Amino acid sequence: MFVINCPYCGQREQSEFKAGGEAHIVRPKQPTELSDDQWAEYLFMRKNIKGIQFERWVHSHGCRKWFNMVRDTSNDEIKAIYKMGEKPPVK
Amino acid sequence: MTNNLRVKSSKFIDETYKISFKFNNKNYYGYKGDTLASALLANGIHLIGRSFKYHRPRGIMTAGSEEPNAIVQIHKNTSRTEPNVRATEIEIYEGLEASSQNCWPSVNFDIGGINNFLSPVLPAGFYYKTFMWPASFWKKYEYFIRKSAGLGKSPTEPDPDIYEHKYIHCDVLIIGAGISGIIAAKTSAKNGFKTLLLDEKPYLGGSTIYQNSEHFKINNQISSSWIEKEINEIKKIDNLEIKTRTSVAAFHSYNFLLARENLTDHLPLHQRDGKVRHRLLKIRAKKVISATGSLERPLVFDNNDRPGILLSSAIEKYSNLFGVACGQKNVLFTNNDSAYETAISLFQKGINIEAIIDNRENVDSKLVKEIEKNNIKIYKGYTVVNTFGYKRINKISIMQLSKDGQKVVGSKISIDCDCLGMSGGWTPAVHLFTQSGGKLKFRDDDQVFIPDTYPSDQISIGSCNGEFTLDEILSSISKKLKDFLNIKKTEYENLEILSHFNKTKRNIWLLPSDKIIGKTKPFVDYQNDATAKDIKLALREGFRSIEHVKRYTTTGMGTDQGKLGNMHALGIISETAGSKMGELGTTTFRPPYTPLTFGTIVGRNVGEYFDVSRKTPIHDWHVENKAKFENVGQWKRAWFYPKENEGMHEAVQRESKAARDSAGILDASTLGKIDIQGTDASEFLNRVYTNAWSKLAIGKCRYGLMLNEDGMVYDDGVTTRLDENHYIMTTTTGGAATVLSKLEDYLQTEWPELDVYLTSVTDHYATISVCGPNSKKIISKVIPNLDLSDEKFPHMSFKNTKIDKVKCRVMRISFTGEQSYEINVQANYGKSVWDKCMQAGKEFNITPYGTETMHLLRAEKGFIIVGQDTDATMTPIDLQMDWIVSKKKYDFIGKRSLYRSDTIRDDRKQLIGLVTENPKEVLEEGAQIVLDANKSPVEMLGHVTSSYYSPNLEKSIALGVVKGGKNMMGQKLIIPMENKQINVTVTDPVFLDKENKRLNA
Ligand SMILES: [Zn+2]
Repeated sequence: MFVINCPYCGQREQSEFKAGGEAHIVRPKQPTELSDDQWAEYLFMRKNIKGIQFERWVHSHGCRKWFNMVRDTSNDEIKAIYKMGEKPPVK
Repeated sequence: MTNNLRVKSSKFIDETYKISFKFNNKNYYGYKGDTLASALLANGIHLIGRSFKYHRPRGIMTAGSEEPNAIVQIHKNTSRTEPNVRATEIEIYEGLEASSQNCWPSVNFDIGGINNFLSPVLPAGFYYKTFMWPASFWKKYEYFIRKSAGLGKSPTEPDPDIYEHKYIHCDVLIIGAGISGIIAAKTSAKNGFKTLLLDEKPYLGGSTIYQNSEHFKINNQISSSWIEKEINEIKKIDNLEIKTRTSVAAFHSYNFLLARENLTDHLPLHQRDGKVRHRLLKIRAKKVISATGSLERPLVFDNNDRPGILLSSAIEKYSNLFGVACGQKNVLFTNNDSAYETAISLFQKGINIEAIIDNRENVDSKLVKEIEKNNIKIYKGYTVVNTFGYKRINKISIMQLSKDGQKVVGSKISIDCDCLGMSGGWTPAVHLFTQSGGKLKFRDDDQVFIPDTYPSDQISIGSCNGEFTLDEILSSISKKLKDFLNIKKTEYENLEILSHFNKTKRNIWLLPSDKIIGKTKPFVDYQNDATAKDIKLALREGFRSIEHVKRYTTTGMGTDQGKLGNMHALGIISETAGSKMGELGTTTFRPPYTPLTFGTIVGRNVGEYFDVSRKTPIHDWHVENKAKFENVGQWKRAWFYPKENEGMHEAVQRESKAARDSAGILDASTLGKIDIQGTDASEFLNRVYTNAWSKLAIGKCRYGLMLNEDGMVYDDGVTTRLDENHYIMTTTTGGAATVLSKLEDYLQTEWPELDVYLTSVTDHYATISVCGPNSKKIISKVIPNLDLSDEKFPHMSFKNTKIDKVKCRVMRISFTGEQSYEINVQANYGKSVWDKCMQAGKEFNITPYGTETMHLLRAEKGFIIVGQDTDATMTPIDLQMDWIVSKKKYDFIGKRSLYRSDTIRDDRKQLIGLVTENPKEVLEEGAQIVLDANKSPVEMLGHVTSSYYSPNLEKSIALGVVKGGKNMMGQKLIIPMENKQINVTVTDPVFLDKENKRLNA
């Protein structure tokens, strides 16, 4: 169980949050222009990395705000947390 | 033999306080301070139970939580019964009743013991190999296996005890109150850290507290006296909390730990009522110090499992702490100096030692010399090759080890004994450390795994870190604590330490025998009856990974998780396969460290507190009117209202008929309600629903279907435009929370530029739906000022109005196909408005109906229920709801997916209506639908999703999904049931009032 530093509320228990999958996948602006393959790429394809992963999280039992997290999936170390729309602070 | 095995009194045992208890229905006495194990040993009892597979007699092996054999059932056939209780941990109390497990009919005569003689046919993987084929035979085998195997019986009555959970936050948590833990706790607390010290035992001080030897001194005091003073001091420190009888079960990442505090298990039953039995502590610590100690290793040789064979350190503990001699003719068998510590303690207490068998050839430490001085025979360079005695050891035979330790040489010597203590060195208790994600390294010198890298702010100190001697521990502990706690000095910098322990050890994982291995039983895992032979067999059959060998041989898979034997299993694998121990790794240690009861895990969440339940403001009325309830998510919804002698079917038929003939009333308060405001609210709805919203006039309502991005139907409901930039959306009862979070997700992450605010108002409003041909008359009585004419208040529109002085919103919308009005009023007024409607409707026989009738009525109209007629694989097109999918809108969630190659297939499952050939026959929901039941294999075309007997149509109706169903109108299909086939015909899903005449009737 991690302790997550919500950018709006501060340090809280992981049980207050929900994970929302890979971050920085932008919904296509013009889905109708896409081929089946291109749409499927957006719809289904997700990374599942052992190591540094960029993820979306939401403080579902708190401020209900979404934010991004950089997490090392091999040891659950949280490398960075930043708000939606902000650039990732680490590569 | 009664109580003649008590030796010189121990200060930990109160001999003035006699306690009687029962073991296998016989009465015994012990004293306050005894465990069940020490009390039984004092009564001369070693035989506790039978082993799992071979039903071999087994006795007490240890004096702690690592015990594999001495597990008992307590308070059999009562509500407080508990299986697999370790006799070595349970403290005796007046009235304790314990009995042997895994034996039938009795521990002294056990039919399963025949397995022991059958053992050549019961090797590793036997169960997998034999009972899995042919599959149909499993049922027969299972009956016998279940009867003769298994560990204890689970209770069948409700647990009378209370359990609770507690959160604790601390600066420093110390696990284990042995010498290292005590020093760490005092140092931490004295430096101002909020400190918590936990130990699984009822006393503090670990094994040092009963260390009375002149060979181990601190500042010139015997170590037990020194630590006793330290303990007295720490008890006075304010910011140090000490919990005994508290075992840490799990060590998770980010220093989150679970511990079980045992509060009443040591009390007589009559003193437990009303008290909390176990408390599950959920601990978040800034820093963790593991001082969990180490476990003595057994030695692996032929027949090393007989009652009377114990760990050498356990024999020492029984004598020093409990004042009990485990035997009168004791032999110790060792590969290191530890057994000599035991020997010296026994000797001090006047307990007879016959001999010491030492694997080592050249040993001359101070401890060894003292034993020699006392004329106790030491066989140096020898090993035990066999043991004798069925229910209690009575003899061993020993032989000399070859130089390389691979063989035995010379002739056999027999030694009579009634107790054999073994010491194979020590294994650091790193279980919790590895649970936390810590990585181990292997130390070749003494063949132990010790902590290497720490994943969080924690350290391991003392013997769990591989520091086994007093001088090793005390010479390094001060610097470690200073570095870890970031403090300048400790009071333990210049201790004067005397320690005569010599660290030489001769490690042989599987001791050689004069017999071939196939003829021996050297046990590695006692609880699961896995032998070295089984491990070798697994390797011969090609298993290499330690995790695979573990599962194939079941080594380490008992309730003790192989705390004693896992290292030997690794050692034997490494030697046999020629791989290095360090590279082989260990198996994964999983929580809990020792088993937890279900009660502890569940805590207070039992009975009505098992889950949160949500009740509508009108709930009490439903209860008073004898409603039956159903759970919808966490909501308690009125299901139907049976009158005298009515079953569910009769009640639902009556309610359904009344709603169409005159008037029905439904509590719809559970529907999800989301208040949507902002200048982009209309645009937002355009993007999340499949139909168009921009042109919806203020005061109008519209039904909407929401998809996932994959095009599948996700939720539905009616949304009303209250004002230019203000909507109220309704969702399904079960979908309210997920819809809100999905909408928030899109707003915050995809469309942050939209000016839209979402607020859940589900609980703020009570919703009362009145439907039926007389609904208009009833509403006009409740709200006389409201113009209900079809011109002023048409279907799919809404009015702000008042009932007396109470503001309310009335929507004219319908889920039944009848003319109907939905009154939304602030929740507090829900009950009074409901009463008003009932009063006004009395002359029209207004009939309250529940969810079951609601489902029936909507099925007559062919309206879907998301989650019943859909299952996340249905598009709106599959549901024959093409009309609701806007062709004009450029985009909405899920639009692009509606013309993927998969979603445009003609043969997808599509929603259809079904009528049975026999109108009285009602289909089973979930039943399969086929075209030809005689063609093999039978092709499943789909299944029935909703099915009812319609009292209004006087026939059975059903909805279902069928491959290519859209183009099958009029097609005859078959529903094959267990002993009949039902003929059905595919129809339009709308069964009643296709023209929607009733909405305005
Ligand atoms: Zn927050």
